[in-house]
Amino acid sequence: MNVSDWLALQVAALLTLGIVSFLYKDNPIYKICESIFLGVSAGYWFTVLFWENMVPKLYENISQAGSRPYTEAGVPSLLYVVALILGIMMLLRLFPKLGWMSRWPLSVVVGATAGLWFITYMQSNALSQLRATLLPILDFQAMDAATGTGLSGWFNKYLGNLVILVGTSTGLCYFYFSKEHKGVFGGLARVGIYFLMVTFGASFGYTVMSRMSLLLGRIDFMISEWWPSLFSGWS
Amino acid sequence: MALTLFGVVLNRTGWVWLIAGWAALAGVAIAQPADMQMWSVKAQDRPSDAGDAVQLFWSPIAPAAEFICYIVQRAPAAEGPFETIATVVSIDTQYVDAAALTGDVYFYRVAALDSVEAGAADQTTSPADSLSAASPARTVDTIYTAVAGPVNSTAQWFNLRRLNQFLVIIILSAAIIYFISQARSGKQLYVRKIAGLQAMEEAIGRATEMGRPILFLPGIHDMDDVQTIAGLTILARVARTVAEYETTLNVPVSRSLVMTTARETIKEAYAAAGRPDSYNDNMVHYVTDEQFGYVAAVDGIMMRQKPATCLYMGAFFAESLIVAETGAEIGAIQIAGTAQPAQLPFFVAACDYTLIGEELFAASAYLSGEPRQLGSLKGQDVGKVMAMCALGLGAALLTLHSLVPGWPILANMADWVGKVFQVR
Repeated sequence: MNVSDWLALQVAALLTLGIVSFLYKDNPIYKICESIFLGVSAGYWFTVLFWENMVPKLYENISQAGSRPYTEAGVPSLLYVVALILGIMMLLRLFPKLGWMSRWPLSVVVGATAGLWFITYMQSNALSQLRATLLPILDFQAMDAATGTGLSGWFNKYLGNLVILVGTSTGLCYFYFSKEHKGVFGGLARVGIYFLMVTFGASFGYTVMSRMSLLLGRIDFMISEWWPSLFSGWS
Repeated sequence: MALTLFGVVLNRTGWVWLIAGWAALAGVAIAQPADMQMWSVKAQDRPSDAGDAVQLFWSPIAPAAEFICYIVQRAPAAEGPFETIATVVSIDTQYVDAAALTGDVYFYRVAALDSVEAGAADQTTSPADSLSAASPARTVDTIYTAVAGPVNSTAQWFNLRRLNQFLVIIILSAAIIYFISQARSGKQLYVRKIAGLQAMEEAIGRATEMGRPILFLPGIHDMDDVQTIAGLTILARVARTVAEYETTLNVPVSRSLVMTTARETIKEAYAAAGRPDSYNDNMVHYVTDEQFGYVAAVDGIMMRQKPATCLYMGAFFAESLIVAETGAEIGAIQIAGTAQPAQLPFFVAACDYTLIGEELFAASAYLSGEPRQLGSLKGQDVGKVMAMCALGLGAALLTLHSLVPGWPILANMADWVGKVFQVR
């Protein structure tokens, strides 16, 4: 390990310990690490956005519009002039008298996004989900072919589709806002929230385990890389 | 030749060779162009697409046992140079060139490869590999079609394959427009109470009494996420109440556009509350785009300023549990709202109230009281009723079909219901 690698390892370890020290309480070391993190990340993202958006998407597309009228995505290159104008309008916030013009690009972003997401959400969150939920309550033809043994096999065979249908329908009842959750409808909505909570519980456990793996990765770095480096030094 | 084909090793395309062999043995007549010199390929822009593909069709060439593989070639001009772009097995007589660029002109021709050359090409295992193996230079018995073209790929205004989605959207939009007009005409549209919203004013009042600030996080996504927009709509109402109570509001953000919009939102809210002078731009401050850098900063702010109320409304990811746990550590009342399914469990576990999924958008409509948002919410409720009806109908038809498989009409009807929701 050369000197620069060794120093980088020590800095990484010290920053890790500094951030973890927040578990004890807010302290000066954490504040230093936090400030370094913020400064470095803000600078990093500025550079990334400049070189991955401003240069290839804006500058290159506009400057090469004569020789290449369409981008690889099939978008007319000169369309990026509109983006340039909207970007300049956004910067007009710096001039109080013209600041009102910065609302226009914001409106374009919000309006275009709403339109685009309307279709995307309709496909992924509504139609595809409904298509996948269209199942027979009991599929007598598929029962013989049902796989699995024991409880899970029995569940798949007799209750799998029913649980999906009841869970989806009662979940929809919970998210129906035009009727108060009272009486039979309220009962259905309550069943729906039970389904949601069971799902959340499973998701919680699953995600906590994935976070544990991140923690273990960091502990492994400290034990197997940083700690030996303290004794081995550099060469 | 046919017997040889039966002996071809059954690799990934082995079944194709078997079919070709069977066809030759059984004397199955494969259509043969009347004049080999007139064997042609038809190239056309693929309909209902975004202008990114060209379709090719050609008639089968016979005998299959001898010509069992087609090579598709493309060139920028009729005279060439032609480049091989795909190898197609003999039972296929069409190909989609999905690498075509909008606006570029192409010419195509198809070559029928004889069995020896095709067999050599088949030694490779993937079509991509077979391209190099099946170069035109090696196909001494190759028969080429006439050149087709010019053809260019263009985008169409309408994708007719998505007609079902169009109809669903029309119905839903009509319902939304109807309810918006109802709301605008002054009709009171009922929206059920949402527990988290009832607690919001109480939480702001608590911060006022304690003399501590209110922390509002609009998530880490930009303005192109509808959750951020919903979060900022809720921020408008929060800011108005904060202005009336003269409490301190702190909104750290991770996106520059969100910062701009949040400032505009709060400024308008303060003006609407009759306290425009109390507003200052520092209420909303940019931290960093980096997810965990943002979290580190927010955690520090929470520990140092000890806000009495923390509101998290927007798109959150891995930072959700970190900020919510820090909020719980400092004893703040916490109300969260997000439509990120994976993060909802953390908010449910660590916050006092959580707006689950669509409740975030409903809260936005409820708080703003805007006819457009209320009408949209009611229109979506119509969509949910339609969805529940379709689910019930589809499940009943499929179950009946399972019970009585001899009635194809049941299967056809269930299939029709399924096609309504098919996404292409």
